[in-house]
Amino acid sequence: MVGEVGSNIGKSLPRLEAREKVTGRVEYVHHLRLPGMLYGKILRSTVPHGHIKNIDTCAAAAMEGVFRVVTIKDIRKIIPNPYYGPAFHDQPILADGKVRFAGEPVAVVLAADKRVAEEALALIQVEYEAMPAVFDEVEAMTSDILVHDELKPAATFPDLAHLRGRKGTNLALDFKLRRGDTDAAFAKADHVFEHTFHTQQVMHTPMEPFVSIADYKDGHLTLHTASQGPSFVRIEIARLLGLPENRVRVKVPYLGGGFGAKLYIKLEALVTALSMIARRPVKISLGMDEQFFVITRHPCTFTIKSGVTKEGTIMARHCEVVWNGGAYADIGPRVTQKAGFTSAGPYDIDNVTINSYAVYTNRPPCGALRGFGAPQTAWAYECHTDMIANALSIDKVEFRRKNLLREGRPQASGTPLRDAAIDRALDQVVECLGWNYPFDKGSGRIRRGRGLAIGFKGITAPTTSVAIVNICGDGSCALYIGTVDMGQGSDTAMAQIAAEVLNLDPTKIRVIHPDTDVTPYDMGTLGSRSTFHMGNAVRLAAEDAKKKISGLANELGLPDGSNEPVSGMLRRKYGMQAGNIIGIGSFIPDYEKPDPNTGQTKKGTPFWGVGAAGAEVEVDMETGHFTITKLINVADVGTPVNPKALRQQLSGAGIMQLGHTTTENMVFRDGQLTNGSLADYKIPCLLDMPSDYVNEPVSGAYDRAGPFGAKGAGESASIALSPAIGNAIADAIGVHLTDLPITPEAVFRAIRKVSGTPLAGD
Amino acid sequence: MPHDTVVELLTNQFDLTGARESCGQGLCGCCTVLVDDKAVSGCLSLAWFLDGTEVRTIEGLGSGDRLDPVQEAFIEAGALQCGFCTPGFILMTKKLLEQHPKPTDDEIRHFLAGNLCRCSAYPEIVKAVQLAASRSPTCP
Repeated sequence: MVGEVGSNIGKSLPRLEAREKVTGRVEYVHHLRLPGMLYGKILRSTVPHGHIKNIDTCAAAAMEGVFRVVTIKDIRKIIPNPYYGPAFHDQPILADGKVRFAGEPVAVVLAADKRVAEEALALIQVEYEAMPAVFDEVEAMTSDILVHDELKPAATFPDLAHLRGRKGTNLALDFKLRRGDTDAAFAKADHVFEHTFHTQQVMHTPMEPFVSIADYKDGHLTLHTASQGPSFVRIEIARLLGLPENRVRVKVPYLGGGFGAKLYIKLEALVTALSMIARRPVKISLGMDEQFFVITRHPCTFTIKSGVTKEGTIMARHCEVVWNGGAYADIGPRVTQKAGFTSAGPYDIDNVTINSYAVYTNRPPCGALRGFGAPQTAWAYECHTDMIANALSIDKVEFRRKNLLREGRPQASGTPLRDAAIDRALDQVVECLGWNYPFDKGSGRIRRGRGLAIGFKGITAPTTSVAIVNICGDGSCALYIGTVDMGQGSDTAMAQIAAEVLNLDPTKIRVIHPDTDVTPYDMGTLGSRSTFHMGNAVRLAAEDAKKKISGLANELGLPDGSNEPVSGMLRRKYGMQAGNIIGIGSFIPDYEKPDPNTGQTKKGTPFWGVGAAGAEVEVDMETGHFTITKLINVADVGTPVNPKALRQQLSGAGIMQLGHTTTENMVFRDGQLTNGSLADYKIPCLLDMPSDYVNEPVSGAYDRAGPFGAKGAGESASIALSPAIGNAIADAIGVHLTDLPITPEAVFRAIRKVSGTPLAGD
Repeated sequence: MPHDTVVELLTNQFDLTGARESCGQGLCGCCTVLVDDKAVSGCLSLAWFLDGTEVRTIEGLGSGDRLDPVQEAFIEAGALQCGFCTPGFILMTKKLLEQHPKPTDDEIRHFLAGNLCRCSAYPEIVKAVQLAASRSPTCP
């Protein structure tokens, strides 16, 4: 699908909706109110694991202004099997006899005034019989404490079918990859290195918190929801209600951020049930504090072991990756599989063993957060890379180059690396850091260090996008797509792609936002897939429209190369301003399922996401405080469709990951979250932005399967950033931290430990 | 309602959507409004107390179809992604430029540190402020 880049691709257009956003008039579900609408407020469990013995709703229901109090008993009357989820049907719409994490929804109060509903929550009495709980992922692997009695995989994931009905386990997925003979290679290796790394639980923190409105009338449901996946919502809600898809309408305007949080079912099933019970539109709008109980990023324990020759060739690698999925699987099994698949890193290793486990625990659920697990695995394999290079006294760049997975070579799964400029991304970071020039590390109280890291990821597959291009009687053009613009600039990029094919002004194209009654199917705005998948669908739709235009020209007997505009042709055909040209495009990439026993596949990913990062730090050796003085992100994005928006996407992902690296950490005590608010959970602000901050695409990169050579970029800058910073800190203080987040306290403890004067408890 | 906050009053009574509640604790700046020319967290202030004050929101910037120069600068610099925090940042930038017509980088970072952007359009926001400052009539 090689296409020439013309006037619209590679152009830094301002976002089409920029004006609406700077005037505060842009549409979010956050602001939507419907006539007769009720507000729902959620009562959440106070214990992390326990049976519900009794829920007394009488006092709350009797409060003036309360419309109704709803529990699972009421929901069962309209939805007999009220369990949902993309991978497992394990999550009840409200707690069903048992709670599995502290913060789980137990009951809802409905009222016309949301403050009345909020006040009434305090009048509900819930009696729990507390059960022992398990919070740590490694412990949960073998624990007697079971989060679920039985595994209930959804039919949509054939690779989970073997888990159906399995009892007595917290293991929701065991992904295996086998390449070569790891045991034999370890036996021959000159050196064997083994390290264990941990990452912490963090949250997406979109500024527009989760919000959904359901309006159920006479067998027909309309959902207005801040969702990244309207097509999934439609299909899953239709399944729950036993309705055909065409009775469920899902509308999504702009989103105030998503980052992977607003995927699959979040509040949609609950508001649907409430609207059916109340026979009124129902809105639930969460507070920032409640977002921590909806979806988060997996904590992960990763033990990585490498066999290396004395010259520095990695012969074998063994990866044991354990993902803490929390109480409900959500998309965790996919994270486990997708990130497991690349967890040996972007290196050419003949003998690889990977075991990647999704584990249930009594924590808030974990799902996709900007990287589908790739940032957690890269933290381990890229710190590990530096630790090996240090031990062998080989330059860290040279060590990486020696082992790098290069174009055409098979990755651990057997899928060859194609159009993935890992080598050039590394080169650009090396250049930008001035790696080959002397670096003053200091000798006094302030020590300086620098580090770099590379990473890659496979893309969720196989997934479909469908697009419609509609040219109206006056020649104006609308694009009907299910891609959700949550800030990444997809409206603008998709308009640019359509404009490129149709030779139109992209600012004049109207992008119709997801409305499942109108816009065709799209698997979801997730996992860096839209530019590639929907971009291809839009391109095909525009080409289809173009073909139909020339068909119309033929039909009208116009000479070849006639410059008659479409509006003129339609006028000739219909005798007035009338009619449409409809172009349709549907795209699904080539894909081959991995072998269930070996993880081997020739086509495991539609494209490769590639990110490299570099960092320079200054550490105060007396306090552990550190400053990141320079930060670099380089990503292979193929052809940047809109270079300015692209750089901004890289930069934004980098700063977000900076938060996940240094300050963000959901802290639990006995299963209770202790810092669930922006007062105690610190996301980056302007003062945290490094003063020297560089974001660059790999120059000249091109993905042959992408639209005009483009591929996705939403997650690329998330992958390698944490280990680049970790490696820089290690370079400064002389020892690696193995756990995220990297805090001044952690750095200080490490300094004291390495100097032989550890602090108490270390 | 007596318990309505400034954001609720603006949204429910006046259909103004520029000030938004996000964190609900006055920590993110999404709900920023100017009350008697002071920046206030609209999610923490009771509407009741507005009596007799002058309230300015993002909707009051610019005139007719003409955008305020700060709004123009935010578009030009691409200083937004999802847009949820944008009105708060623009109002704080107005205040910043009133107090520091030619702010240094450091002044910009400190003045706007109370506004959070999870999409992290921070580098572009700094550029937008510089751009607006360079065009302000008080500059040579």
